[in-house]
Amino acid sequence: MTDPVLSVRDLRIRFRSGGRETQVVHGVDFDIRGGETLALVGESGSGKSVTSFALMRLLPEAPRCTIEGSVSMGGVNLLELSERRMAQVRGPRIAMIFQEPLTSLNPVHRVGDQIAEAIRFHRKMSKADIRARVIELLTLVGIPDPARRMHAYPGEMSGGMRQRVVIAMALALEPDLLIADEPTTALDVTVQAQILELLRQIQRATNMAMLFITHDFGVVAEIAERVMVMYAGRIVEQGSLADVLSNPRMPYTRGLLASVPRFEDAGLKTGPLGTIEGFVPSPDNLPAGCSFHPRCPHARPGICDGALPELAAHGAGAHLVRCARSDEPAFGAEPAEVS
Amino acid sequence: MIRFLTHRTLQGIVLILIVSMIGFTVINLAPGGPLSQYAMTPGMSQQDLDRIAHQMGLDRPIPVQYLDWLVNMVSGDWGKSYRDQSPVLDVVWRHMWATLLLMGTSTAIAVALGTLIGVLGALKRYSVFDYMATVGAMIALSIPTFWFGLVAIFFFSLELGWLPAGNMYTVGDQSFSDYAIHLIMPSIVLALVNVAIWSRYMRASTLDVMDQDYVRTARAKGLPRWRIVSAHIVRNALIPMITLAGLQLPTIIGGALVTETVFTWPGLGRLFIDSLGYNDYPVIMGLLMFSAILTVIGNFLADIGVALADPRIRLG
Ligand SMILES: Nc1ncnc2c1ncn2[C@@H]1O[C@H](COP(=O)(O)OP(=O)(O)OP(=O)(O)O)[C@@H](O)[C@H]1O
Ligand SMILES: [Mg+2]
Repeated sequence: MTDPVLSVRDLRIRFRSGGRETQVVHGVDFDIRGGETLALVGESGSGKSVTSFALMRLLPEAPRCTIEGSVSMGGVNLLELSERRMAQVRGPRIAMIFQEPLTSLNPVHRVGDQIAEAIRFHRKMSKADIRARVIELLTLVGIPDPARRMHAYPGEMSGGMRQRVVIAMALALEPDLLIADEPTTALDVTVQAQILELLRQIQRATNMAMLFITHDFGVVAEIAERVMVMYAGRIVEQGSLADVLSNPRMPYTRGLLASVPRFEDAGLKTGPLGTIEGFVPSPDNLPAGCSFHPRCPHARPGICDGALPELAAHGAGAHLVRCARSDEPAFGAEPAEVS
Repeated sequence: MIRFLTHRTLQGIVLILIVSMIGFTVINLAPGGPLSQYAMTPGMSQQDLDRIAHQMGLDRPIPVQYLDWLVNMVSGDWGKSYRDQSPVLDVVWRHMWATLLLMGTSTAIAVALGTLIGVLGALKRYSVFDYMATVGAMIALSIPTFWFGLVAIFFFSLELGWLPAGNMYTVGDQSFSDYAIHLIMPSIVLALVNVAIWSRYMRASTLDVMDQDYVRTARAKGLPRWRIVSAHIVRNALIPMITLAGLQLPTIIGGALVTETVFTWPGLGRLFIDSLGYNDYPVIMGLLMFSAILTVIGNFLADIGVALADPRIRLG
């Protein structure tokens, strides 16, 4: 196997505000290889965006936010780089597409200039070459009449078109790793399909690694090779697409899958409503033991509310599960308790 | 754009009309009235006064006098100063340059310094610098301008003798450097309060922009810090400041009033105080109109400025 493009070890993130410190990510480990798409799924507030911002060091500065652990790329821990060296990583090495296409472009600059800017500060290229590259990128992401549209302001474009501009910007320097934070959630279904197809094509052409954040398993099944499920700032299940989608061992993953209609008839035993009751716990008030146990239909007192379960291998492969009961023979076959 | 311009022009005309009506009524109802200066002349009888009032048209009903004044004003005749019979428009015009020179210099200082302090304070929020800027602004805002002016005169003119204590130029000199040296103290004293105001607004506006998603996008592109600050933070944070600048334009007269008095600067503020003392109603009315017109122009320029700076407004 090739070396990973990016290796994350024991990533911990804390925010401080008003003298109070809240840890929102509690020791996350993962690798991503070239050409591979790793999906990161989880409910709202589970820490997906914060984790991805930490990889690019886009979180607030030191006293307001602390990042610990390591994020290695080519043998260098990005968390230890100076801000100046880090700026050289952002763009050519790691690029990002953001969750909110409507607000992630500066409304007062023309879209073409905003893409050109992404190139200008990393490559010594003439104005004419940059312009040609901007047009090439806009064509690539499927914006019609790019020579004219590059002069438009973000406010003159639809959400789908703006997200394409953000994608063009992220792809401008052909990054080794693209982080896509719910790039299609805010868009309608047809646009969503087009953008996914576009990302897949580009990935095939450039062997780019992709960290794809979403809470939609339909999207995961279409785009990812490996899946990572996050809950309350921890990875709770990780494995190949087949492992996680067809043989989920963590009740939380099952709950998530059951809320997607098309996975319901895959023979998975889930709660009667197919949705997870309750809410993601607040980061500064996590339950003892497994963070999910208060909402879990399989939770057992004395087993699930004591020690925090390890993220342990299930079976022979690389399928990792954080659940105290995942190896019990009857587990998964028994009917879930209705709470 | 054309519709916007006509709309704004009409709005401006209505505003000026309303201000002029209120101003005219208040001045004519105020005790004393235009005749009071004649009344003090020895040997003046009530008959003489009535005759003068008739000559000046003051015995007509106020609405008639107002319409008469309005028609004249629109045709460029703003009346004559009671003091020396020179046309009001000339008097205002003559004093305007002094005020513009003072205000222009002081505003340039205030905007440059205020922007710098505001942006640095926001970028280094809660730092020692930010804290000092906040306290400094509070001090500048809570101490009256005339006190600053008098203290400055005491130290720099009387004690140290570095700068002239007042006036716009030395009679007989009037070189560029002579004007400049007279400008230093009043423009800085006048700028103090505006630096404080401008830096506070700029700090708030910058903090607001720094939290925007597009600033994070700019960082994600790997832009150097100076570029993020200049093109994505300051550039956007200045837009609301244009409106603020437009609102400040008409405060020229009021703003300079104290400073011009302290430094015997021959501008519109001084003219206003002097005219009040003389009951020089045509000039007072003229200054009122001038200020109303500046308000309209200020808003108008600010709207155009914002439209130029912000495509969302321009194209929306
Ligand atoms: N700047 C911040 N300061 C303090 N807390 C924060 C900050 N940003 C995020 N958080 C907290 O971190 C936790 C994780 O948030 P995050 O945005 O990563 O969730 P998410 O998984 O991306 O959710 P969504 O699906 O809604 O995007 C939340 O509890 C959130 O309140
Ligand atoms: Mg998110």
